[in-house]
Amino acid sequence: MAADISAAKAQHAPHAPSVRFEHLTKTYPGGSRRPATIAVEDVTLSIPAGSLTVLVGSSGSGKTTLLRTVNRMVTPTSGRVLIDDNDIAGLDAVKLRRTIGYVMQESGLLPHRKAIDNIATVPRLNGVKKAPAHERAYELMDLVGLDHQLAARYPAELSGGQQQRVGVARALAASPRLLLMDEPFGAVDPIVRADLQREVRRLQYQLGITILFVTHDIAEALTLGDKIVVLAQKGRIAQEGTGAELLTHPADDFVANFLGLDAGRGLHLMNSDGVQLVMDADERPIGRLSGPGR
Amino acid sequence: MNWLVNNWPTVWQALWSHLLLAVPAIALSFVLSVPLGWVAYRYRWSRFVLVTGSSLIYALPSLPLLVVLPAILGTSVRSSLNVVVALTAYGIALMVRSTADALAAINTDTVTSATALGYSPIKKLFAVELPLAGPGLLAGIRVVAVSTVALVTVSAVLGIPSLGTLFTDGFQRGIIAEIITGIVGTALLAVLVDRVLVAIGWLLLPWARGRS
Amino acid sequence: MNYFVEAFAWIADPAHRTGPDGIWTRLGQHLAYTLIATGAAALIGIPLGYWIGHTGRGKGLIVGATGAARALPTLGVLTLIALFTGVGVGAPLAALSVLALPSVLAGAYAGLEAIPAPTIDAARAQGMSEWQLLSRVEIPLGLPHLIGGLRSATLQVVATATLVAYVGGGGLGRFLFLGLKTQDYPQMLAASFLAVALAIAGEICFAVLARIAGRRHHALSNR
Repeated sequence: MAADISAAKAQHAPHAPSVRFEHLTKTYPGGSRRPATIAVEDVTLSIPAGSLTVLVGSSGSGKTTLLRTVNRMVTPTSGRVLIDDNDIAGLDAVKLRRTIGYVMQESGLLPHRKAIDNIATVPRLNGVKKAPAHERAYELMDLVGLDHQLAARYPAELSGGQQQRVGVARALAASPRLLLMDEPFGAVDPIVRADLQREVRRLQYQLGITILFVTHDIAEALTLGDKIVVLAQKGRIAQEGTGAELLTHPADDFVANFLGLDAGRGLHLMNSDGVQLVMDADERPIGRLSGPGR
Repeated sequence: MNWLVNNWPTVWQALWSHLLLAVPAIALSFVLSVPLGWVAYRYRWSRFVLVTGSSLIYALPSLPLLVVLPAILGTSVRSSLNVVVALTAYGIALMVRSTADALAAINTDTVTSATALGYSPIKKLFAVELPLAGPGLLAGIRVVAVSTVALVTVSAVLGIPSLGTLFTDGFQRGIIAEIITGIVGTALLAVLVDRVLVAIGWLLLPWARGRS
Repeated sequence: MNYFVEAFAWIADPAHRTGPDGIWTRLGQHLAYTLIATGAAALIGIPLGYWIGHTGRGKGLIVGATGAARALPTLGVLTLIALFTGVGVGAPLAALSVLALPSVLAGAYAGLEAIPAPTIDAARAQGMSEWQLLSRVEIPLGLPHLIGGLRSATLQVVATATLVAYVGGGGLGRFLFLGLKTQDYPQMLAASFLAVALAIAGEICFAVLARIAGRRHHALSNR
């Protein structure tokens, strides 16, 4: 266990994994009152190793279902999920989850544990003693920009932004090489959200991990994603590519509409000092494209 | 007041007898209800049986139950065991529901995130779900405690000593002060037990302090 | 098991059925106590509970009354009132009504309190008068809670009415105390079975009533 801790101290975890969905289908059986529902249908998708890939879609697109098949919170009806070419169906679900970071929208923190204990959760589950687990947790507080004074607070005593930072720190505590984020910043106000988005980019760059990020907010997807996957209903992939590719060559009306490229918002790209900005119809920048040169 | 001063030892004795009937019943209700409530929460099929059973038990009038129990348990009508069993049954009837409700009221996001972190189901129950149900469990057992303390007095008409004895004795001898002493004493005891439970909750649930 | 047989034999004995001290008389007394005391509690408790729930004034009274009711020993209230007013039916009725009141009050109040604020605001915005709001929105929506309150009040009274015989007020408890005095356990057991049967019958009636109200409620909220 001590080895785990020191390995974690090396900021660059070795080889971030790739994730691959192969012909993945998830249906929920109907009950006596409601019919069976198809959450995602025949999805095949690759998440490149070391990328920050964003799944973007509205409700019903199956984005959360897809995300949750990766840590086996959802078991596919058919098809498989591969992490680095290993079928995860053969792995122990509980152990698998401890190796994959997971951040979700507010209140995912355990309200009865102090911030420091929330961050130390997974190391403690893995049998790390309290003192070294806390030591590691303090390092993570530094990493995500949390004041050590907040360590002894309960989640309810933290602001929304602070709670999300604790959530990110907790997800990173066991030095996962893969991080799943399910609309993590949906409930924080826009200014804090922009701040947290920058942090995520920085952390991904600094740690060299693979991040799979789910959101319904196209601006967030454009801001964050190396690769963006636009999902239509039931996990149908409308288009995948970089933000610039999506904006300049939308695959169909659905994508154009989703991006706001139709008459309504008039989104377009502008090059400013080598940085690509996304502008709206009134020439106001609404986001900065991620990608090379960041 | 005069009556109380002159009869202090009697009241003191009654108070202790009262506590010896009430406290075991309250403790047993809690210990037995938590697993039952968890079953009701976890398995849908059991909820109907447990909730209906609970409300039927709760509907049983206390004095008749105290009379029926000896025939089932083989005890004498004046045995204090009947009282503890009857009060425990009422306590469970109230508490099973509180437990199931408290567990059902936990934020599902929290439980989901615990699963995602890699808690095994058993560990999740003891380290996450039960602690988070703590405030609800506390509220439930407080209701049980207060009504148990009040219910004990009924057994006095069968000759089982408690603060209720002050009612029967006071009624037969026509001493109003004695009955009032019994009522006030019972109410104070209920408040005392309640305060003790609140204090235990304050110690065990530091994260929930100041919420209600 | 022997006692059970004897108890049922006691109930089955025609000699115990009729007459001024028969099962029917005592059952009638028991029912009368229950209906009158619950009725009196409803007469006071429902308007008061609605008033508090509608105006939001005097909420402390509800909290205090329900808390006190739980901690209040019924036998103490019964014997105390009996000592003041003497033996008869007045004392038991007064005591039973007092004991039933908090449940009814809380039920009427909780029914109104549980209605979401936007529903009330929307009704006012549509131009309902306060009286229309109460009669067309609050009372129908609060019905399940009110029935719940009446249910616990009735249960409480049915149970406590067995104690009434202790202060000379009759009811099914009469057989129980008679048996206690004469060390006739089968008779005590028989009286207990009758009281339990009555309570369970009452519980079933209310369960049916609650179901009907619940269905109505469901239809209302789905509109």
